[in-house]
Amino acid sequence: MTALTVAGLTLREAFRRRVVWALLILTVALLALSGWGFSKLIGLDTELGTMTSGEARLVASVLLNLIMFGFSLIAAIGTAFLAGPTLAGEVESGQALAMLARPVRRSAVLLGKWLGLVAFGSGYVVLAGLAQILVVRAAVGYWPPSPAGGLALLAAQTVVLLTLALLLSSVVSPMASGIVAVGLFGATWVAGVVGGIGRALGNEGVERVGTVSRVILPTDGLWRGAMNAFQDPIALVQMGPGEAGFPFLSDGSLTVAYLAWAAVWIAVIWGLTALSFQRRDL
Amino acid sequence: MTSDTAAARPGAPGSGADELAGLPPSPAVWCSGLRKRYGRRTAVDDVSFSVARGEVLGLLGPNGAGKTSVIKMLLGLVRPDAGEVLLLGRRATDPRSRSAVGYLPELFRYQPWLTAAEVLDLHVRLARVPVPAAGRRECLALVGLGDRAGDRVGGFSKGMQQRLGLAVALVARPELVVLDEPTSALDPLGRVDVRDIVLSLKSRGVAVLLNSHLIGEVERVCDRVVILDQGRVAASGTLAELLGQREVRLRLVGAEGRAEERLRAAGSLTRSGDWFTVQLPADDDGVTVPDLVRDLVGLGVRVHAVEPVRISLEERLLAVLRHDEPAHDGAGHEEANR
Repeated sequence: MTALTVAGLTLREAFRRRVVWALLILTVALLALSGWGFSKLIGLDTELGTMTSGEARLVASVLLNLIMFGFSLIAAIGTAFLAGPTLAGEVESGQALAMLARPVRRSAVLLGKWLGLVAFGSGYVVLAGLAQILVVRAAVGYWPPSPAGGLALLAAQTVVLLTLALLLSSVVSPMASGIVAVGLFGATWVAGVVGGIGRALGNEGVERVGTVSRVILPTDGLWRGAMNAFQDPIALVQMGPGEAGFPFLSDGSLTVAYLAWAAVWIAVIWGLTALSFQRRDL
Repeated sequence: MTSDTAAARPGAPGSGADELAGLPPSPAVWCSGLRKRYGRRTAVDDVSFSVARGEVLGLLGPNGAGKTSVIKMLLGLVRPDAGEVLLLGRRATDPRSRSAVGYLPELFRYQPWLTAAEVLDLHVRLARVPVPAAGRRECLALVGLGDRAGDRVGGFSKGMQQRLGLAVALVARPELVVLDEPTSALDPLGRVDVRDIVLSLKSRGVAVLLNSHLIGEVERVCDRVVILDQGRVAASGTLAELLGQREVRLRLVGAEGRAEERLRAAGSLTRSGDWFTVQLPADDDGVTVPDLVRDLVGLGVRVHAVEPVRISLEERLLAVLRHDEPAHDGAGHEEANR
């Protein structure tokens, strides 16, 4: 009951603070631009001759991943910067005092904040991602092999990052928590790219950088799973083994064990946040 | 602050239902041995007191005395390093203890993107108390925000936000209201409104814990006072206990012999020229002074002036904080010594 009330409040904050409208305008602009760009792919003259519809679909598949990365970045930064003020900011400003003096458990308030942010972040990536997939289909006729799975993984990636941002915001200032969360997100993505290059070069040590970072923060692992679900299966074959390190193609779908680890990771970080928030003097 | 309520845990679990039924309701607040350290600084040190149902208790003390820390520990917002708290008969670690508690924090901030009415709706939902819409509107009207119910809090002045905070504290039919500096942002009219609200709560049997720097305010509405200094209870008791015995000053001509004996019979006497000061007994029923004046006139004394002398709470507070006098003459300072 408390959790649902607080979740509703968090969503209302996102609407009232015009976060939703800002994102909507940004997303519509991005969708329109990408629709225009994709429509130009077919019949494009390159140095190698006119692009066929098959080649266009391959390029579309890579570009779709690139744009999806853009959406996931917007969702990640958006939720990270919403998650920071929502906990640390309310404690700092004193808003939390009157609320937490009510007969509520702090863990229920935290759960409400988390649910609200999950609904907001996941809702955004799923809707924006779906719209983008439809735009690509309309423009070049490309339909990803597993759109639902890909969108679910994108949403999961957002959930991982906002859970981390909530943990950080329960221990450091709102601004610092947003910056650190987004910084870690970027660092893990870079580590994933470095790992991919290591794999392409057959260097196990460099490859391990990506593997370890994906375990420590599952955002990049989930993102690679999402890319795999969006891309044309023949894309990697066409790109050839030397291009396996390309950051907007993924060479394998996620294992159940990794998905389970991501779920455990979220649960552990949530538990730590609840513990830290419970013990915090307001 | 009576030591009997502080010494024995009221409403403590373990008693049979029949035994409990015969007992008076547990105090609105009961705390014992509260301690809190922030790093190396001790903010609160062995603070114990209680607030009875329907009682108004004033919490006084200089800046940094630990008043807000004590309030936050009572409400579960700050974890005490030691000590126990019962709110309305339940341990403060149980969130249900705050079901019938209203709180206006010293730092009053409410969601700026909500309207005043929506803030009240939110708190009614969090308190899980069915308060009809009319009741919420009345609550806003009571604090002078009746015509601003639909306005966003972000556009409110500080004073209006504090009024809203007061409405939030009152909206969910509380049995205990904790007001931390409730008039810090209010104009003189607002202060009078707060005073009236506190008196109205008292008349309805709602307990109030009031932390305020405005001593006059405290003196007007509080039944008892706890003075905190450097995290400890420096003095506590009813206003009568804290302010000591009353005195009366008389300017008399021809008050010699029998007249002076009559003055001494009324109470301890000091004289300075024509001015005589008589300390009235604590159990004075209000007839000592008129009887004295009647007798003096009967003895042929010319009475030029009769002035009641009453030490103000401010003077008493300053004396306690400056250690000019023993802190617990007649007042209940038992808690700090226990």
